Amino acid sequence: MVSLPGSTAVAGIGATEFSKQSGRSELQLAAEAVFAALDDAGLSPSDVDGLVTYTQDTNQEIAVAREVGIGDLTFFSRVHYGGGAACGTVLHAAMAVATGVAETVVCYRAFNERSGRRFGQPDARIGGEPSSQGLEMSWHVPYGLMTPAAWVAMFARRYMHAYGVTSEDFGRVAVAMRRHAATNPAAWFHGRPITLEEHQASKWIVEPLHLLDCCQESDGAVALVVTSAERARDLRRSPALIGAAAQGAGAGQLMMTSYYRDEMTGLPEMGVVGRRLWEQSGLGPADIQTAILYDHFTPFVLTQLEELGFCGRGEARDFVAGGGIEIDGRLPVNPHGGQLGEAYIHGMNGIAEAVRQIRGTSVNQVAGVRNVLVTAGTGVPTSGLILSAE
Amino acid sequence: MTATAEADLHDRLMALAERQIAVGEVRGVAAADPVNLPMIRHWAAAMGDANPVYTDAEAAAGSAHGEIVAPPAMIQVWTMPGVDRDGRQATTPVDDVLRALDGSGYTGVVATNCEQTYHRYLRLGERPVPATRFAGLSGPKRTALGEGYFVTWNITWYSQDEPVADMLFRVLKFRPRERKTKPEAREPYPLKPAINKDTAFFWEGVGRGELRIQRCADCGELRHPPGPVCPSCRSVERTHVVASGVGEVYSYVVHHNPPVPGRSTPFVVAVVELPEGVRIVGNVVDCPPEEVGIGMQVRVTYRQMDDELILPMWVPQES
Ligand SMILES: [Zn+2]
Repeated sequence: MVSLPGSTAVAGIGATEFSKQSGRSELQLAAEAVFAALDDAGLSPSDVDGLVTYTQDTNQEIAVAREVGIGDLTFFSRVHYGGGAACGTVLHAAMAVATGVAETVVCYRAFNERSGRRFGQPDARIGGEPSSQGLEMSWHVPYGLMTPAAWVAMFARRYMHAYGVTSEDFGRVAVAMRRHAATNPAAWFHGRPITLEEHQASKWIVEPLHLLDCCQESDGAVALVVTSAERARDLRRSPALIGAAAQGAGAGQLMMTSYYRDEMTGLPEMGVVGRRLWEQSGLGPADIQTAILYDHFTPFVLTQLEELGFCGRGEARDFVAGGGIEIDGRLPVNPHGGQLGEAYIHGMNGIAEAVRQIRGTSVNQVAGVRNVLVTAGTGVPTSGLILSAE
Repeated sequence: MTATAEADLHDRLMALAERQIAVGEVRGVAAADPVNLPMIRHWAAAMGDANPVYTDAEAAAGSAHGEIVAPPAMIQVWTMPGVDRDGRQATTPVDDVLRALDGSGYTGVVATNCEQTYHRYLRLGERPVPATRFAGLSGPKRTALGEGYFVTWNITWYSQDEPVADMLFRVLKFRPRERKTKPEAREPYPLKPAINKDTAFFWEGVGRGELRIQRCADCGELRHPPGPVCPSCRSVERTHVVASGVGEVYSYVVHHNPPVPGRSTPFVVAVVELPEGVRIVGNVVDCPPEEVGIGMQVRVTYRQMDDELILPMWVPQES
């Protein structure tokens, strides 16, 4: 059997600026990010023979290949379930490289999520299709339960009830992310930290979530170059080894409304991912110096800390209140500011930050980073990575 | 109304307007309270006006005014008749015109202009008196609201016979458009469920006032949301039970933003746990959102959303 851990690496990262109105097509954004990632790696488009993106991306692999000048493709793949795809794209690329299906694969995500189609806006059509997903949505959409904030809020309310968690506990996550973003020039909220009082005073989106519990909406693109560890060692940058990569869905899983299967206080699919990551890498929570935890909504940052074993069930509120997720905390989370602070690029910008942390080049560099854990979309079938230094 | 009758009405209204203009200025009732600090303080706080010359005696003493003065924009406040309008309100030359318009079917009213001119600041203890002049009537005009007349008047406020402020005020008195919607034609509800062979039994049940839960015909397992294959025994033989219709709120949200098509905010959506052992999502209605809580006992109700769709929803059990 081909072994995944350590045999592949992320050799290049690239991104556009993060904005609210890119003024360019999504395909142009994709092309710009791919060029930037290839430049970073010291590779040219002709070196690329594989492309992977999200099923939700509007830019087909062949279209990106045409714009960038990539020739023959021997591997192309899409990963499903919204932001849950983020680390999955790297898993697919790594599997292709490890098995010799492709040599150099670029993963990309590009969208005008603020100036174009906004995921947070209700779309009456999502419940109308007699596909398995449309039928699933049909138990929720007719009741007006049809935005990601609302789907997550339903879990958050139960989590608060089970563990005595408060809105302030969620707010502390937002405050930490905005504090990190404040010192990151690439972040949309660079220089704009918030206070817990401002979090509490922000308007309701879907109770118990305030506006400042919700990540921003962004235009932009991120691309990653995945190749063999051996090849990466000869390239411009020191490689970020893919120590583990996993996807996960749980029993009784629904797209984002898994309300029917358990206590609604955990993220079983992230538990699946976490177990695979620890098994593959041979590492445990104590071996991780910093984590990129998907933060589209604050409550699931707490849940992930518990689900991945960084603290016990119901203990995340104390972990966060005690400064655990700060840059100098027990587990610095999202040093770039996350999607609450830097940008919402569907989790791809977090993987780029993980690579910078491994290289030691982040603007908010954590000391002594050897291993970084990265997660993808929460509340959906998801994925995760552990990136490691040589 | 015939064209002749319309012309007669118009002539009568314009003649009335001419008479009321000729009446000239009519003094009203002086402010109920003299200009005072408590009212200034409330108004300034409500408007977010932090200028200390309105509220801080020391700061005001050092200003060009030499003492506390009232915000000029408060002028109308001092002589507003208040909720209890009986007895204290003097008649004005505008009243007859407004009444005549009401009596002719121009019952709608919307303010279109309010222009104020301030001659000087009012000081504490002054007691302004309004005086009203009818200024003009124009119309009939076709507007988006309906056909109407513009009615204009002026008010001058005096303090000890010295004019301190003027206001031009204009309203549109209009005939509200007739509602054309027939009560039997409902707007189609935009949030329709998709329905297929696996889920039709549920929606047929809703149409009959039954809350149906899928039941495996072989092993008896209940399941919601339903599906074609029993996860316990692989049977595709399906039947259903009718739920008792009671349940308990397991979790819930209150949706505020963004707006949802077909819905007015805020509204409550809950995961309801049924004693039969399954959970189902639905709205909690007939209950203020702040009174909904986890553990709340609810019972099912059925709401007609449009000509076709009925949705099961939940109300507090005690109601
Ligand atoms: Zn069965």
